[in-house]
Amino acid sequence: MLAFVFRRAMQSIAVLVLMSAIVFAGIYAVGNPVEILVSPSASALEKEQTSARLGLDKPLHVQYVRFLANAVRGDLGQSFAFGVPAMELILQRLPATLELAVSAILIAIALGIPLGLWAGLRPGTLGGRAIMGASIVGFSLPTFWMGLVLIMVFAVELGVLPSGGRGPTSPLLGVPVSFLSLEGLKHLVLPATNLALFNISMVIRLTKAGAQEAMLSDYVKFARAKGLAPRRIVGVHVLKNIMIPIITVVALQFGSVVAFAIVTETIFAWPGIGKLLIESIGVLDRPVVVAYLMLTVLMFIFVNLFVDLAYSTLDPRVRLR
Amino acid sequence: MPSNPWKEFVAAFATNRVALAGCAVLLVVMLTAVFAPLAAPQNPYDLGLLNLEDTKLAPGTRSAVTGAVHLFGTDEQGRDMLSAIMYGLRTSLWVGFVATVLAFVIGSTLGLLAGCVGGRLDALLMRVADIQLSFPAILIALILVAVLGQGVGKIITALVGVQWAFYARTARGAALVERNKEYVEAATGLGLSRARIISCHVLPNCMAPLIVVAALQVASAITLEATLSFLGVGLPITEPSLGLLIANGFGQMLSGKYWISIYPGLALLLTIVAINLVADQLRDVLNPRLQTV
Repeated sequence: MLAFVFRRAMQSIAVLVLMSAIVFAGIYAVGNPVEILVSPSASALEKEQTSARLGLDKPLHVQYVRFLANAVRGDLGQSFAFGVPAMELILQRLPATLELAVSAILIAIALGIPLGLWAGLRPGTLGGRAIMGASIVGFSLPTFWMGLVLIMVFAVELGVLPSGGRGPTSPLLGVPVSFLSLEGLKHLVLPATNLALFNISMVIRLTKAGAQEAMLSDYVKFARAKGLAPRRIVGVHVLKNIMIPIITVVALQFGSVVAFAIVTETIFAWPGIGKLLIESIGVLDRPVVVAYLMLTVLMFIFVNLFVDLAYSTLDPRVRLR
Repeated sequence: MPSNPWKEFVAAFATNRVALAGCAVLLVVMLTAVFAPLAAPQNPYDLGLLNLEDTKLAPGTRSAVTGAVHLFGTDEQGRDMLSAIMYGLRTSLWVGFVATVLAFVIGSTLGLLAGCVGGRLDALLMRVADIQLSFPAILIALILVAVLGQGVGKIITALVGVQWAFYARTARGAALVERNKEYVEAATGLGLSRARIISCHVLPNCMAPLIVVAALQVASAITLEATLSFLGVGLPITEPSLGLLIANGFGQMLSGKYWISIYPGLALLLTIVAINLVADQLRDVLNPRLQTV
């Protein structure tokens, strides 16, 4: 176990360094941010000064070594566009993204499991087939288009929910959150649902397959013979047994949800790190782009490691290599 | 009478009515895309054809200037949406198709090499593929786009960079099974070169699962390109794909002018669902063991 964690940590550092080199060199090659940062009427001297101030006049390898040296100390550079540390900018926006991602996961579980159970317990019925059909559509729908449809129906036609923005936030343990006020909740519902759609479909399919299999098992037959109420059989015995794979898969999805939040945040003008990334790519704000990618890669490395460890704990047959 | 495998395949495929319908829709979509310059009512790139008075017409409105009926309405520059969608479909399908073919060729070649040669090459390639597959496609695509910049060629490169790993893994898995079979032994015994054995003997036997992966990946390549273009980091504005059309219409959505982004979205949805239906049936026919959840 310890050897596994050590090997994975070494591998992860290699991935991080490699990724940073690729991203750094690549972004370096795309356009000159000075042209965007100074006013069009700026003289050549002003451009040179800006360039020198941001350290952009040094050769690439010097810039990269300096970046690595700073990164180890937790400094990922100053944002060109905002003039504050890129790290600070990301940490400022992170709570919004995390709130969105956690809400989406909760919605996926809260809707997906009952719908999946319904479809799994009554597989041939109209309702069951409708749920499974809807889940196939949920898999193929492009997220961004579904977001537009949600905005059109609930914000434009019905006018019941806001079309974008985060609305007012209230502090919870010093972190601004939306879900404590009604207005904030209203702003949260559409983006969170949009982000959840793919995972709702996935949870439905997992729950349905699990429930169908569990209903044929001996322990369910025994519970029936014992005279337990169907409600108790499903609620306690079946659910308990099918929850482990569902929870594992949903936990594994957390990283993807944060990554896919880029799209949802852009549509709903949600002020999270995904929207920040797209804006930063637009204005060639290199330090922010690099910082976002490094942090996300780091997060993925941790999520993957956690899932591998959790798997081997839950299922001892899984051997870590 | 010797059985005809092609006929058998068609018969097996036709057992699913829904998949046949998907096939028909896909055919219509592809014909529309290929013949867009001939069939579209207007050339959406020709700025000389646009009139200021025709902007944001609702679907089915007759233009006061040209007298033409705009079935799907017009956008904020007075462009006929039906024509824009037909041209956009052309771009989207073209990018998705080219990216899939390139990823197929590159990924399968690497996968076959890894499976047949083994050793260090195999370990290195599969490690890279594993690490890459543990990240979501959109993140890899964004990293590549941030590194490569925008443009048709660069988007295709990014899509290939995202998708090669699926083909490499599938091809390697198939090659590992095939290389121990007797016909490979026979070919080796005949003294054929390794290159010839891989390309002429192993490859054809690995084709079925690769085709299934390709059919599934076309849809995700098209979706990914549309998503990137929607985010404004995909195709340039001079070659609007469906994603860019949807992004353009997004600004008009809040004022109730839904058609500018909803219709291109429906075209995209129709294409993706049709491809998925066909791909699912292909999987069932060609590779019954491969089942998803």
